[in-house]
Amino acid sequence: MALGTDEIGRFAGFLKEHEAALVESWSHRVADGLRGRLSQTELNRQIEELFRALSEALDGGAGTVEDPNAAELRAVLSELSRSRARQGFTSTETAVSVFALKDALLAAMDARQADAGTLRDFIAFSALIDELGLFTFASYAAAREELIADQAEELLELATPVVKLWEGVVAVPLVGTLDSARAQVVMERLLDALVTTGSPYAIIDITGVPAVDTQVAQHLLKTVVAARLMGADCIISGIRPQIAQTIVALGIEFGDIATKASLADALRHVLRLSGVDTRRNGRKDG
Amino acid sequence: MERVPVLKIGDMLLVSIQVDMEDQTALNLQEDLADKIVATGCRGVIIDISALDIVDSFVGRMLATIAGISKVLDAETVVVGMRPAVAITLVELGLSLPGIRTALNVELGMALLARARFEAEGGGDAGEDDETVAAAS
Amino acid sequence: MNAEPQRLTVASDQDVVRVRQLVRTVAVAVKLSLVDQTKLVTAASELARNTLVYGGGGTVEVDRVDNGRRAGIRIAFVDSGPGIADVNLALTDGYTTGGGLGLGLSGARRLVDEFDIDTEPGRGTSITVTKWCR
Ligand SMILES: Nc1ncnc2c1ncn2[C@@H]1O[C@H](COP(=O)(O)OP(=O)(O)OP(=O)(O)O)[C@@H](O)[C@H]1O
Ligand SMILES: [Mg+2]
Repeated sequence: MALGTDEIGRFAGFLKEHEAALVESWSHRVADGLRGRLSQTELNRQIEELFRALSEALDGGAGTVEDPNAAELRAVLSELSRSRARQGFTSTETAVSVFALKDALLAAMDARQADAGTLRDFIAFSALIDELGLFTFASYAAAREELIADQAEELLELATPVVKLWEGVVAVPLVGTLDSARAQVVMERLLDALVTTGSPYAIIDITGVPAVDTQVAQHLLKTVVAARLMGADCIISGIRPQIAQTIVALGIEFGDIATKASLADALRHVLRLSGVDTRRNGRKDG
Repeated sequence: MERVPVLKIGDMLLVSIQVDMEDQTALNLQEDLADKIVATGCRGVIIDISALDIVDSFVGRMLATIAGISKVLDAETVVVGMRPAVAITLVELGLSLPGIRTALNVELGMALLARARFEAEGGGDAGEDDETVAAAS
Repeated sequence: MNAEPQRLTVASDQDVVRVRQLVRTVAVAVKLSLVDQTKLVTAASELARNTLVYGGGGTVEVDRVDNGRRAGIRIAFVDSGPGIADVNLALTDGYTTGGGLGLGLSGARRLVDEFDIDTEPGRGTSITVTKWCR
């Protein structure tokens, strides 16, 4: 469906001849679609840039969007899609920014009374513009997906703070539903924290976790075993009665993993182990 | 064939594995270490694997064998510096390295060895400076 | 967009090291997470060693794949050794005929997303594993 050499030449010529009118009516049509959510200056700048990139691609002989000479044009379109996606415009609003060129072309052609040849050209030019529009659509979708993935990751990070409680003790207080993906993130972050802080003790506090399923319980278990392989001990604190029931009912072996009722109990336990310690805390002398 | 260097530091042997070992290199290390323990009379061995980006069943078996041999020769082994991704992978692989002591880093490994010795000697004075071992052979 | 598959011969200890290095390079290129890279390289190390030790040597082919939604890596380990008579038994944790830990096959299966084994006594063994980007 690539444009022939003649068509490319005529398209380029037409753009040059009607540059001012085209840019203006194109911008207008796009502005209508976006209903003032983008400043007119910003919009004009984008449309001029697109117009220039398209003209240059055609001058370079590009008859399709994949043409090597259309690289700059593709870059401009991608950038446009990305910024639209980030600013919260819909995919339709974004694609219309490109498709509006068709209306602008038609208007410019009407003005000089179209004959059959002109109409045939219009159809050919339209095919190229459709390609550009679809390319924009695809870039928009990719940009959105990237954005969503980034946000999901940020949320995960926010939801799993690993804190240094004491010299040699890190803790991760978990709040909210633990699904498999989050449990995995927690595991990796906790183990990383052990290394960076050189802490031989870790407390996983699940007081704020309403329930766990088998998979999540397995993840917790694996975290404890992995920490042990690295030379650190994990204590799980704040296991709610329902979770204890789940663990037993599922037949999950928690084996010799230390569990404590509360974060405070867990910390006390750790400090005693590491010998910091309780003698000072006023136990009766023997 | 590359060989992994074994360093004597005080009364401990330190092995820092820096390369992606061929299986034969791992086997050589087992032998070298056994010889060195006997030759120096060292009672503690620290194996630093912080540079290893994977530990598979072969290397896992080597670590277990080294710990076993050391024990027979009256020395304790501590494996230190295992990376988180390696630990996660070992758990999935099903390799739990039973009977191997581990610590996060060399410093904590040394502390662990010192404590183990202290306990083994009934909490008595574990001499810090025993020059005598060098004279053994 | 897919690069050519890369193939290595496995005939010695050094080749097993090379397999690990190649798999690591490709795993980084397809942007597997660090943990997934580690899992895949470990699985490849186990399987390549089996190819060498039990299969009497063979080849490893590393390929980038894309199922339209996700990118990934596919690795094939092929030998024309004795084959495996009882696959289920060989895939049992702890089963070994070579004085190993018997964790190579079963463990490798747990470390990847897809695991296919095609083997027949006297004909050889071919194992294909795939790991997808998350
Ligand atoms: N490519 C192969 N050809 C023939 N037999 C094989 C092959 N791969 C594995 N086997 C058989 O399956 C058994 C189990 O393999 P697996 O890798 O799980 O354990 P291993 O190699 O014996 O020990 P490890 O890998 O834990 O050190 C092997 O002992 C061997 O009998
Ligand atoms: Mg094996």
